[in-house]
Order: sequence, then structure tokens, then C-alpha cells
Amino acid sequence: MDRIRPNFEPGGKFEKLHSVFDGMDTFLFTPRSTAKRSGGVHIHDSIDSKRTMITVVLALMPCFFFGMYNTGYQHWLACGITDNLPFWSLMFYGFLAILPKVVVAYAVGLGIEFIVAQIRGEEIQEGFLVTGILVPMIIPVETPLWMLAVAVAFAVIFAKEVFGGTGYNVFNIALVTRAFLFFAYPAKMSGDSVFVATQPMFGFGPVAPDNFTCATPLGQIATASSGDFTLHGIGDTVISSWDAFIGLIPGSFGETSTLCIIIGAIILLASGIGNWRIMLSVVAGGLVMGWIANTCATPTYPASYLTPVDQLIYGGFAFAAVFMATDPVTAARTNTGKYIYGLLIGVIAVLIRTYNNGYPEGAMLAVLLMNAFAPLIDYCVVQANIRRRQKRLTAKLS
Amino acid sequence: MNIQIKKGLDIKLAGAVDPAAKVVTASQPQSVAVTPDDFPGFTPKPEVKEGDTVKAGSPLLRDKNDENVKIVSPVAGRVAAVVRGERRKIERVVVEPDGTDAALGFKNSGVYSREAAISLLAATGMLARMRRRPYGIVPRTGETPRDIFITALDTAPLAVPMTKIVDGHKAELEAAVKLLSELTAGKIYLSVGKDWTMGAVAGAEMVTVEGPHPSGNVGVQIANIAPINKGDIVWTLDVVTLYKIGVVATKGAVDCSTIVAVTGSEVKEPALVKTVEGAQISSIIDGRLAKTDHHVRIISGNVLTGTAVDGSDYLRFPYRQITVIPEGDDVEEFMGWASMSPSKQSTSRTFPGHFLGRAFTPDARILGGRRAMIMSGEYDKVLPMDIMSEYLIKAILGRNIEEMEKLGIYEVIPEDLALCEYVDTSKIPVQQIVREGLDYMRKELE
Repeated sequence: MDRIRPNFEPGGKFEKLHSVFDGMDTFLFTPRSTAKRSGGVHIHDSIDSKRTMITVVLALMPCFFFGMYNTGYQHWLACGITDNLPFWSLMFYGFLAILPKVVVAYAVGLGIEFIVAQIRGEEIQEGFLVTGILVPMIIPVETPLWMLAVAVAFAVIFAKEVFGGTGYNVFNIALVTRAFLFFAYPAKMSGDSVFVATQPMFGFGPVAPDNFTCATPLGQIATASSGDFTLHGIGDTVISSWDAFIGLIPGSFGETSTLCIIIGAIILLASGIGNWRIMLSVVAGGLVMGWIANTCATPTYPASYLTPVDQLIYGGFAFAAVFMATDPVTAARTNTGKYIYGLLIGVIAVLIRTYNNGYPEGAMLAVLLMNAFAPLIDYCVVQANIRRRQKRLTAKLS
Repeated sequence: MNIQIKKGLDIKLAGAVDPAAKVVTASQPQSVAVTPDDFPGFTPKPEVKEGDTVKAGSPLLRDKNDENVKIVSPVAGRVAAVVRGERRKIERVVVEPDGTDAALGFKNSGVYSREAAISLLAATGMLARMRRRPYGIVPRTGETPRDIFITALDTAPLAVPMTKIVDGHKAELEAAVKLLSELTAGKIYLSVGKDWTMGAVAGAEMVTVEGPHPSGNVGVQIANIAPINKGDIVWTLDVVTLYKIGVVATKGAVDCSTIVAVTGSEVKEPALVKTVEGAQISSIIDGRLAKTDHHVRIISGNVLTGTAVDGSDYLRFPYRQITVIPEGDDVEEFMGWASMSPSKQSTSRTFPGHFLGRAFTPDARILGGRRAMIMSGEYDKVLPMDIMSEYLIKAILGRNIEEMEKLGIYEVIPEDLALCEYVDTSKIPVQQIVREGLDYMRKELE
């Protein structure tokens, strides 16, 4: 790296790629820059934002691998094959299904980040490492790649770079991507034909019958006409809460398995990267609102018949609680604020999915809404600190 | 009074001085120097020119804003140089000792008026060793502090207890407290740790402090004893300065000897070295560093707040510690962010080293790129003050005076937030930002 460095310095052959080179160099080798000689600390903690982001990606891996399996599993079921499912074929099919999305998300997102970093003359930041893997995991498997590319470009440019880049965005980039898809192409983001892959991937895997449809559990609930419903999987099998917990149900790629999400949560909490205050309060908020809804269950709103625990394990709730709400940039920053922020996410997510039949799932909108309110919550908490200080002053003066 | 500090962090580093170590005497330095940069708020004007003969205690510099405030020569000898830098700013005054112990005598009767007390402190250079808050600058002779806070604790990494220097000098401490009591209508607080064996010092309000660094920082103690409000002025000093004031009060002379803890992983045998304040670094460390083929960083002070120096430079205020660590600019580390090496020190549980109780040998690398503030709540874990530090930093960066005031900038100086800078994932230069904020406030409001 040192040998080719001069090419990328100002005046060198590839001056325009300086940020890219820098990004690669700092990725491969720990920067050798040392602390200032005066006016600052001389030693620094080994943690940096690269490690922080990579830890989150690691925590996502159980969900990612399960998503691969489940995508294959659902596809095989859709093709009418239920016995002797070939594990590695299922995994490989899921891998082929997700790979193009991951590639497109990273290529578009990182491409924009690289260009912007070069224009600004800054180091490339690693924020998109997490976003790029999150995005394919929270969209239906049948989402066309061009839509994904458009949505990622929109989110990175208008939700992140115009605000100043990583660390300055108001809204969670992955959720802005999904929200963009959700509102721009609703037909491809909900309904009963997008959550299960029906075609072979790159010629691999069996073919599902034409007109195959299967809605997600929450989709079925939203269209149920009374409180007395049974959730069905593919081939009219009945979905139990246990199935939903394990995650062998139709849904977006990475969010179906509550079990794997819990493993991810354990990784985040044990490493101290994810915030326990937010996770705890989102879950508490969901349980409270789920309990209220369940207590006043009415056939007008079929989702209110779900038990509070079911509210947590169906749909994207758990995934949002662990991986979306805890995004430190867009969440509340004060400790008190985090409790309020999380609690309201939990409450609003269940509120939307229960009392708005138009939206089968509310977790995404709840997090985005609270992203907008997080600064306000923090403002109130900070004002309390300021008032304490002023009270001290007035007590002294009187 | 008893204060328990819970938040904070004791960074365990290799190269601590054995608690039972004897004090060794360093060779006489070729030259000694005073560095005005060590005394924030002090605008230096020379009192001497090259070639002048001075005694220990003779003024070398005066403050342009308050001509009574002096910085004095630590030794008797000849002024070798008044070194000026950019825009003729005085960087240091170098004195070559002549080997005699000629010292300037200061009249003292033991009974002081306020005026007599303050002019004695100003003339002997003792006032320059004290700090006033807000702003963490040298106090002015015209102001009356609400209270005076003294810390007898140094909890910084590898620091040696100040009691090593002051133990057995209770008479001097009490004389100094008596002198200081002329300066304030409020109280004189003396914060001590568990190692304090001298009992109560007459005239001072004794406070026992326990907990991790920064519990020894006087700012943290103030915040937990009687916080600073807008309009308050408090003065602070450490117990070594208190002892030196006591020497002035009882003997009428300035004691400029000091005991320096030579610490750090690159030191062969960490030791306590007796020398003179401002001594040339090489006179203290020569022969004490381990032989290595990598670069080292010599820090006058501790790893959190000290200044990097070379052997030809001089010991910097508060003249108590030298830390030598690897520089690290010659280390090639492949994908350091993914490292699971147990030798990497961190507060993060993603590093195995976090769970080891041993001492580490970190180098001076920043170990990451500067980022925007991403993680939240990191600072709060190591700042035992009722301060919204992230918001204070943002207010300073935005140069928003009203907001800075509301968020408590008057209560802090850079050293209080040094640990925040250490733990920061985004590698933000927190101390520099605080210093700039304080300077900005002072410029705008005074």
C-alpha cells in the first residue's frame, strides 16, 4: 500500500480516487497517525467506528443465514415439495436469491458514499456497511433489483448525504429505503405474492405453480373479517406461535426468525454495541400496547386478537426493536430519552398494525416516526438538566 | 464529608512505580526552563534578559494583564535564553544553574492582610500555580473567590500519590491554609484519599474522596461538593502547591525542588526521581529508558493531559510525572479493527483485553478515523458530573454562548473530559474543543 500511495496523493495519477484509496488503506491497515503532542490524550481506546459497525453486521448474521434457509424452504413448499427437503439446496437457493440484492445495495450505496467522500475530500465512512446488509433483509424477496437500486440511491442521497453524511442523518437509512419502496411501489411491497420466491434463481431450484400466492401472517390478519382466524402457511399448513418464533413463515428475508433476532440481540448487548435501554423499552411498549389491544379485542380490528407475545414475534417488530430502533445516530441520545423513545416505538408499532387495517405492519413507520421525535425528546431531557442548574443559581441568589 | 465517585475509569498501564520505591536524586540539569504555555491566561512579559543573574525565586516573567503575578526562577544561575516563537510569543525562559543555592527571601510575618497575602502569592509564583474557574486560568489578584478547593489526589494513569511529597509536612500545610483563608470568605476544601495519614488540617474542610479517575480531579470534586454557578469564581490548587505556599509562609523562600515519577512501559525501572522544577528532560530520564528499536513518546505529565517532549525539552507544570510509551507510528497492523488480540486495551467488550485485569502497553496511535458523533452515552459513563457532555461539546462547536452557559461550561476544564476523549469511538478531540470553547467565552465575555 505504501508503494502505490504516491499515485493517490494530490498530483498523483489517480488523485481523483484518493478517498477510495484511503478507505481501502484504513480498512486493511490500522492508521498510523498518532495523537497530538499537546492538548489532547496520548492514548486512545482501541474501539473505532469500523469495529462498531462490523459488530452489528456480525449480529445480523444469524438472521441472514436463517433468511437464506427460509427463502429456500418457502420456495420448496411453494413448489409443493414437503418431504426430504435438501438442506444445502435450500441454503444455496436462498443465497442466490439474496446475493444480487446485497450486491446491488452495496454497489449503489457505497458508490454514492465514495463519490460524495471524494467530492468533500473526506475519508470514506463505514456507516453504509450496516445499512447495505440491512436493506436486503427487510424487503420482500421478490423485490426487483432496479427498485432496490432506486430506493437505496434515494435514501443515501436524500436521507443521509444532504444532511452531512454518517452521523448527521435524522432518519434510519435502511428504513427510509424500505419506506420509499413501500410508498412508491406498494404492489411490490405488500400483498400475497411477493414474500415467497416462485421462480428458480439463475436456473437453480424447482418451479412453483403459476398463480401461487401466500400472504404473511400479518397480511392474513389484516384481511381477516373477524377475530376468529387461523394463520396459514404454504399448502394450508397452520402457523403456530412456535413456527413464528423459529421463523419458518413467509415474510421479508431477514426478519422472520425471532430466535435468530434474539441471538443477534445477545451479541449486541454482550458486546455493549447495542443499547439495552432501547431494546427493553421497545419490547415493553409492544407488550403494553399488545395487552391493551388484546383486552379490548374487537372483530373490527382482527389483529387485536393476537396475544401481546404474538405481537412481538410476528412481523418485523422484533427485528425493528433490536436492529432499527437501536441505531445510535437516529435514536434518542440521552438515557432518559432512550426509555421514552423505545417505549413509544413499541406502542406505536402495535397501534398501527392493530388499528390501521391498511398497514399490516407498523414497526417501520413507528421507528421512522420516533426518529423524527427523538431530538425533541432529547431536548426535553437536556432542558431538565438546564433547569436544575438554573434552580441552583436562583437558590443561591435568594 | 465523604464522596463516592462511581462513574469513571482507571486505565491500567504497564510501567507503574513500585509503591515501596525509594526516591533517587537526578544529576544536576544543564539547564532549567519555565514554559508560559503551562499557565493558561498568563500573558508573559519578560522580567529578565539574557545574561542576567537570578536567584531561586527571582521573577522571570510577569503577566501582562496583572503585573503583580510572576513566574519565578526555580534555580540560581544565569538567564541563558528567552526563547520566542511565532509573533514573538515567549515560549520559554531558560536558566543555567550556577550550582549555588542562592535564594530570594520573601518577608513574612505570619500575620497577613488580604493584600499582603495575595501579593506574597503573586510575587512568589504561587498564584500562577493556582487556577480559577470559570475558564481554568491563572487567578487574578483583584478577585475574591467564593471558595478554594484543594485536591490531594492524583488518580490519573500511573500517577504517584501526592502524599509522597507532602507527608510529614503538616505544619507547612496549616500555615498555607491560614494564608489562603485571608483570600476567601467561603470555605477551603481539602479533598484527600484513603492514603491520607495526617488527619485534619486546621482551617480546612476535609473531604474524603473515593472512586476511579477522574475522582482526583478538582473539578469533579467541586461538582460533588458545591457546584459552580454562573457568576461564581472558585480557585483551585493541588496539595503540593499548598505545601509550597506553606514553605513560603514559614521559611520565606520558594521551594522549587520536585519529585518526578518516571513511569510508562518504555522505562526500564520506573522510579521516583528528585530534581528541580523545569529541569531538562534528559537529566531525568537518561539511562532510565529501556533499549528498543521502535519510536517512543516521552510525555511530561500523564497520558491523558500531558505534553509530548524530547530529551532536550524541559519538564512541564505540574512537574510531577514523566510517562514514556511507544509512539506507534512505525507499527504495521493488518486489519486492526478486526483484531481479537488480548493486548489491545479497550473499554469495549468486543475486545478480549477488556476482560483481562492486567496492565497494558498502548502506543500513541489514535486507532481509528475521526468521525461525527455516532455512539451516544459514551462520555456519560466516565464523567461523574451532572453535565450533558455531548450537548455541551456540540454547543461549543456551534460557538453558542448562551447554550454553553446553560449546559455548564463554567464547571469544566479540559482535564475533566480527558477520559471522554479516550473512550470516544469517533476519536473527537474533546479536550481541544473544551479549551477552545473556554477561550472563546473568555474573549467574548471579558
